[in-house]
Amino acid sequence: MDFLSQVNSLPIYLICGGVLLFIVIMCVVFLVKSYRAGLKIGMDPKVLKRAITSSATFTLLPSISILLGVIALGGTLGVPVSWLRLSVIGALQYELNVAEIAATSMGLSGLKLSEMNVSVFTTIMLVMTVGILSGVFCTLFGLKKYLGKVAAKPKSEEKKGRPGFGAYATIAMFVGLCSAYIGSYIGTFTSSGDFLPLTVALISAAVMGIFQYFTVKKKQAWLENFDVATSMIVGMAAAVLINLAI
Amino acid sequence: MTQQEKQTWFTKFNNQLHILGRITLGIGVILMLAAPFVIGVLLDAAPNLNGFLKGIARVAVIYVPVGIVEFLVYAPMLGAGGSYLSFITGNVTNLKIPCAMNARDIAKTEVGTPENEIISTLSVATSSLVTMLVLFVGVLLLVPLRPILENPVLTPAFDTVVPALFGALGLKYFSKAPKIAIVPLASMTLLCVLVPAAIPQTSILLIPAGGLALGIGYLLYKKGRI
Repeated sequence: MDFLSQVNSLPIYLICGGVLLFIVIMCVVFLVKSYRAGLKIGMDPKVLKRAITSSATFTLLPSISILLGVIALGGTLGVPVSWLRLSVIGALQYELNVAEIAATSMGLSGLKLSEMNVSVFTTIMLVMTVGILSGVFCTLFGLKKYLGKVAAKPKSEEKKGRPGFGAYATIAMFVGLCSAYIGSYIGTFTSSGDFLPLTVALISAAVMGIFQYFTVKKKQAWLENFDVATSMIVGMAAAVLINLAI
Repeated sequence: MTQQEKQTWFTKFNNQLHILGRITLGIGVILMLAAPFVIGVLLDAAPNLNGFLKGIARVAVIYVPVGIVEFLVYAPMLGAGGSYLSFITGNVTNLKIPCAMNARDIAKTEVGTPENEIISTLSVATSSLVTMLVLFVGVLLLVPLRPILENPVLTPAFDTVVPALFGALGLKYFSKAPKIAIVPLASMTLLCVLVPAAIPQTSILLIPAGGLALGIGYLLYKKGRI
């Protein structure tokens, strides 16, 4: 049985589905308990229902984008594990970056289907799971105490209405990550002549540029739900066409 | 119910929610950690310890601080119930926070009130369920498409999934903060062009590149340039 058939087999679907079923039950329990608590403290049922329906509609488009991520990741890690990983902690950016780091740590040249095997696959899956647990452990062991402290602390006004450095820290972190990857694609091209990674990166950047034009300049904010996933899929489709052409 | 009674009842409710949250989150983590091992037994390929340790050392340097910062920043916005659910279902910054904020705006509740906590929990729980439902339906629809997705013609597409992601993200984040981007991008490009041996070590290069960008970002922030 080849690699993709193994990682897309029914038992893997059942294992991933079992973990997700538990999380679904957890969400339902929290939903019901909070709804009842809202009624108990005298909240209007209409307000509670509106919060639920608005959240459901708000989530639909981004969820379709996450689904596109499952397709993108599923070609290398199989559909069930991509489904599990993108339904629990993390997001597409995290999962792909960590899968790439784990693959290279195992001696692969990158997260490439052509180099994958089941041993690398289970190791990547474990790295993806453990690598994102810091926030979960903070929640598990420190949430109650932390929320108690925050509630007791008087609220301080933001200085001059300016956001804190935290708002820029995430942007800076991503700028650093992207710089390292894009630098490596340019280096790959100049050293080995392999232009495919750089070309794909440039094409998906160009598509992102078009999205930025409409979301920022034309104020079509809803398109932002699709910018990363669509840009990636166009870039990946270009890789197929380029490969067929050469 | 008076305001005092409401607060007392809600504190008791929240304490129960913390117990429930810890138990369910604990079980969820155990299940997620068990999955790679169970799959390993099934495929007769247990995770490789050496590869895991190498990989996790590189990942932890970047994502342990990110996870802690996300917890410190977002937990107070989400409240108890919202935090337990958000931190296990993920997509916190890009989906759960804006979704909870939107629900809060619609319900006109304020941070720190019992009403706000309830709306946040309802919002995050609904959002998580909708995402899981959409993914479930999508995955069911993907099953018949498997022969197409597994066609070797598509292999180059899946082999370039990482460049496709970082090309798109690169443009998005470089345009958000061009002043931060110039030095890390130029230095990483120069390094990889002049020392091609550094290219296979990109996963290690992420650490100095991230540190450099954070440092430059902090300096520019302190000087009021961003």
